[in-house]
This record gives sequence, structure tokens and C-alpha cells, in this order.
Amino acid sequence: MQQVEPQEEVLGKSLTGIQGFDQITDGGLPQGRITLIVGGPGTGKTLFAMQFLVNGVRMYNEPGVFVAFEETKKKLAQNTASLGFKINELVQQKKLHVDYIYIERKEIEETGEYDLEGLFVRLGHAIDSIGAKRVVLDTLEAIFAGFSNEAILRAELRRLFRWLEEKGVTAIVTAERGPEMLTRYGLEEYVSDCVIVLDHRITEQVSTRRLRVVKYRGSTHGTNEYPYLIDENGMSILPITSIGLDYHSTTDRISSGIPRLDAMLGGKGFYRATSILVSGTAGTGKSSLALSFANETCKNGQKCLYMTFEESPDQVIRNMRSIGIDLLPWVDKGLLKMTAVRSTYYGLETHLVTIHKMVESLNPAVVIMDPITNLITVGAAADVKSMLTRLIDYLKGKSITAMFTNLTHIGSGLEATESEISSLMDTWVLLRDIEIGGERNRGLYILKSRGMSHSNQIREFLLSEKGINLLDIYVGPGGVLTGSARAAREAEDRANDVLRQDEIAALQRELERKRKVVQSQVESLQAGLEADEQEIKKKINESKLRQKVTTEESEQMAKLRKADANSAKKQTK
Amino acid sequence: MYVYNDTPTSRNASANLQKLCDEHLKGQCDIEIIDIMKKPEVAYDEQIVAIPTLVKQSPLPVRRLVGDLSNKERLLVSLDIGR
Repeated sequence: MQQVEPQEEVLGKSLTGIQGFDQITDGGLPQGRITLIVGGPGTGKTLFAMQFLVNGVRMYNEPGVFVAFEETKKKLAQNTASLGFKINELVQQKKLHVDYIYIERKEIEETGEYDLEGLFVRLGHAIDSIGAKRVVLDTLEAIFAGFSNEAILRAELRRLFRWLEEKGVTAIVTAERGPEMLTRYGLEEYVSDCVIVLDHRITEQVSTRRLRVVKYRGSTHGTNEYPYLIDENGMSILPITSIGLDYHSTTDRISSGIPRLDAMLGGKGFYRATSILVSGTAGTGKSSLALSFANETCKNGQKCLYMTFEESPDQVIRNMRSIGIDLLPWVDKGLLKMTAVRSTYYGLETHLVTIHKMVESLNPAVVIMDPITNLITVGAAADVKSMLTRLIDYLKGKSITAMFTNLTHIGSGLEATESEISSLMDTWVLLRDIEIGGERNRGLYILKSRGMSHSNQIREFLLSEKGINLLDIYVGPGGVLTGSARAAREAEDRANDVLRQDEIAALQRELERKRKVVQSQVESLQAGLEADEQEIKKKINESKLRQKVTTEESEQMAKLRKADANSAKKQTK
Repeated sequence: MYVYNDTPTSRNASANLQKLCDEHLKGQCDIEIIDIMKKPEVAYDEQIVAIPTLVKQSPLPVRRLVGDLSNKERLLVSLDIGR
């Protein structure tokens, strides 16, 4: 016996083709269902909806119907023509149908029972005529403005939504934000499958746009807000969240472009796909260091994205030429992409969306942001950290090495922010001014570098026409010296060395002399001793001789005396 | 008058319209009833959203009346028909 298994309703999804959105929703809008997009004026509801339809035709071969309640044909085409949608073209190709429904309240008198069948007829006709799979109603609330019998309207709304689902189209309905409920007329009550809110805020003269998926039935979705921006290509959404520390770490190393710096970094340079912070006070050479890194990257045939927030690309190229690094060939070859934007022009999130777009299209190995100072002052500290975390996670997930420069002012109160950010960075290089003897020279040292042993010494950071060089600093009894003070001190040292050597030589000569003196003294004493020796020996000999003679004489005398003695003895006897 | 198919509302509207003409506008009425189910393109051309809709074309001004015309008071006032 066959067992009939209950079928699970799988929620199909309709891809929007809007950058970032399909990733957030893991496939797009719920297929065959109705999505409500809510937002204030100018948040991009119409744009989102139109992009959905146009992409539907262009990318997924699904014709679409756009029903405009508020805009005229001309205005709609104008607003979206600048985005390259070429609506008229698609209409002529019968892939897109645009209908304009005018409901002018002043013209309408309500005289009894009615329904909105006219709307259904037109919609049905439009959908059938081109076989549409996607429908947009923008903004459906207009019917509330036109007709006053709310009971009838709400009943018809319910009927309309059921009807749309039966037609099997994926529909977008747009609505304005309301003061109390989500929408002015409570449309969210009728839409149960998907609700998206677009928000446009202006904080400190900088505009920030955020998208939030409030409801998405049958699908797990983050309730995070995602920043988005609108530009000449339409809407782009930044699909990254701060979850996801699941990127691979690699042991590949890349050179910084400065051999001695590589030497300080465990001998080999930075780890690939890490985050590097280069901070320092004004004029310490942060950009030069960063661009030297860019240069090295391009030399190895890899792409680099350099985002400057303070100087124009031309200026940057000119500045680098003065230290012997020519970046223009890399730009021409397409390996180095430079973009310049005033950081205060957009909020941090908008910058992030821009970065995201550029990274997706360029696919660089290295991204440099120079400097991030103003970006981090625009938002509140918590926002900044969260945004940077997202950015770094995103870049690491793509195995991109990221370098950020930061301008520090001593005692500006930015140190707190900087220390927050530095915790996100794997490597922190500090450029410092060292002021001695009326001169200001630059010193570089590595504050931290995760995963490798690094030098903890300060090196003098020199920029010359030959490029960047790191020198050992002078560490003498007077402390750290750099620049001309160092050179002077070194010269002094050399002079001292020479002097000392002379001294040593002199002393040695003195010793020699003394030795000789003593030697000659010894010799003369020795000679004296010999002479005396001779003398004494002579005397001894003489004595000995005399003694001998005396002895002999004595014996002689004795002999003689003996005879005499004998005779004497005889006498006395 | 624009109607849709043969729904009760549409039938009521037609009936009421006829009644109106008989009672107040004897001989001065020119009625055209259009079923948009049969002629959907008319809905576009005439910008019909609600059904039924009565469009009074003359005398000017053009007026649009929405509903089955059951509210006689309103109807008379809107059409500028004296008692």
C-alpha cells in the first residue's frame, strides 16, 4: 500500500538582482506572494520595485507589470531613465507594462455600494497581455486617498491580495511610513509574507540609508539593519553582518614594499588577509607607507584598491613620484584603482556600501583606506566599531589584506576611539615624531602584530628621492637620536674613536719606553753587578791566594820551627 | 455607465439609473451602459477603477459618480438635478 506523504510547502524565492538583497534574504522575495515595502519619501521604494521588475526582465526572463498610482508616465521614466533602465524600450518589447491609475478625489462622488473591479480588470488584462510574473503596485495607499469608504476599501484589499496570489505573480506593494502603525493605513495587516522597511536618516548633515527585513515568513532572516545606497546603477545593499568569524586564516605573507619593515615583521612581512593600522601624527608619512605597500602589491601582479579621503589621485601620484615611486603604470594597467571621496560627504555606512560594490567588481588582493580618521568621527563610537568590524570581517572573508591609516592628534581625545579600533587590527604600526635639537624626524615602530614575533625597536623612517628607508636609530647614553643629531653624534663617536686610538697608541709607546728604560737600568745594574762580581771574585782569589801563601809559609815556618822546636825542647829538658 | 458583468451591484446601478432618467429626466437622457468585462480596454481609456462608475458627460462639468446610485439624495445633488 502506498503511503501518501504530506507535502511540505517549500517557499520558493524570486531573485531581485539587487546587489546585496538576494544575499540577505537568501534568494530574494517570496515567490508568488506579496511583499510590502514601507518607507518615508525618498527612501527608494519605487526604485527598489522598478529594479525588481527590470532585473526580472533582463536577468530572469520574467515580464512584469508596474502600476503607478502617483507618478505620471513621463515622471516615472525620467526618474528611472537616469538609472539606465530604459523602461520605454522594455515596454515596446512587450516585456514590461506600465499602467497609470489616476484617482482624483475631487472628481469622485460616492453614491452607494461599489467595488474596485475596474482595478482588477485592468490589472488582470495587463498581466495576461504579457504573461507577467512580477507585479508592482506603487503606492497602493492612493486608493485610500481617493475613496472614503474604508470598509469597502479594506475588503477589496483583501480580495486583491488573494487574487494576486491566485494569479501566481510575485508582487510588491509600496506604502508610506505611518505615525502610529507601520504604514499610514495599516496595510501591513494584509501582508503576511514579507515586510521590508527602508529608512533614511540624516545625522549631522550626513545621510544614512538602512534597510530592514521586518518580516519574512518561512525563512530565517537576520533582523539587522543593512546600510544601502542609491547611485547611478540603482540600489546597492551591504549584506554583511558582524556575525561570521569563520574565515580561513593563512600563513601566506606579503611584503610591505619596505625590506627593513618586512624584517621587523618576523622577517617576512604582513600576513595575507589581515588588518593593518598605520597611525601617526600629521606629516609622518602614513600615506607614503601605505602607497609603498600598494606599489609592492601591483609589482607582484595583484590588484589594489586605494581609497583616499583627503587627496585627489593625481596629487597622490605626484607625491609618490617625489620619493621615487611611480604609480601611474599600475593605474594604466588596471592593477591599481584609486578612488577619492570626501569622507564627510557620506556616512560611514554609505562608504561601506561603496567599498563593497567596488570590491565585488574589482576583486582586489589589497584594500587601503587613507585615512579613516574622519569616518570614525562621524558616527558614535559603538556604530563605528560595529561598522568597521563588519568591513574587516567582509574583507577577511574574501582573503583581502586591508590597510587603514589614521591621523592622530596627541591629546585630542581620539585616543579612546583609536584604541577601540586598534583591537580590531592584527597589526599596528605607529609613526611618531621625534624632536631633538630643533629637528623633527620620524620614527616607526610596531606596536603589535598578531601571530608573529616582531621587532620592538624604533627605526628612523626616512623618505628620500630613492624611496623609503628604515634606519637603525642611535641609542646612546643621551637617549634615542635621529636625523642630523644622530649623524652628528655618530661623527662625534668616530672622532672619539680616533682619539682613543691615538691615546692607546701613545700609552703603548709610553709602556714601551718605560720598558726600555727599565731594561737599560737592569742592564746597567747587571753590568755593575758583573763588575762587582769580578772585583769580589778577584779579592776572593787574592784572599785565597794569600791564605794559601800564608798557609804555605806557616807550614814552612812550622817545618823549620819543628826542627827548632825539637832543639828547643831538648834544651828545656 | 460602466459596469462589470451581471453582479447585483451592477444590476442595481443600471436599474437606479433607469429609474432616475424616467423620474427626473424624461426624454433628456442619453444612457450608454458599458460592460468592462467585455471591453477591458475601455477601463484604461476612461480610467475606471471603481465599479460601477457613472460618468456624466454633459452638461459640463464632467462628473464621476461611483456606486450603485442608491443614495438618491447624493445622486440628485451631484447631477444638479432639481426636484
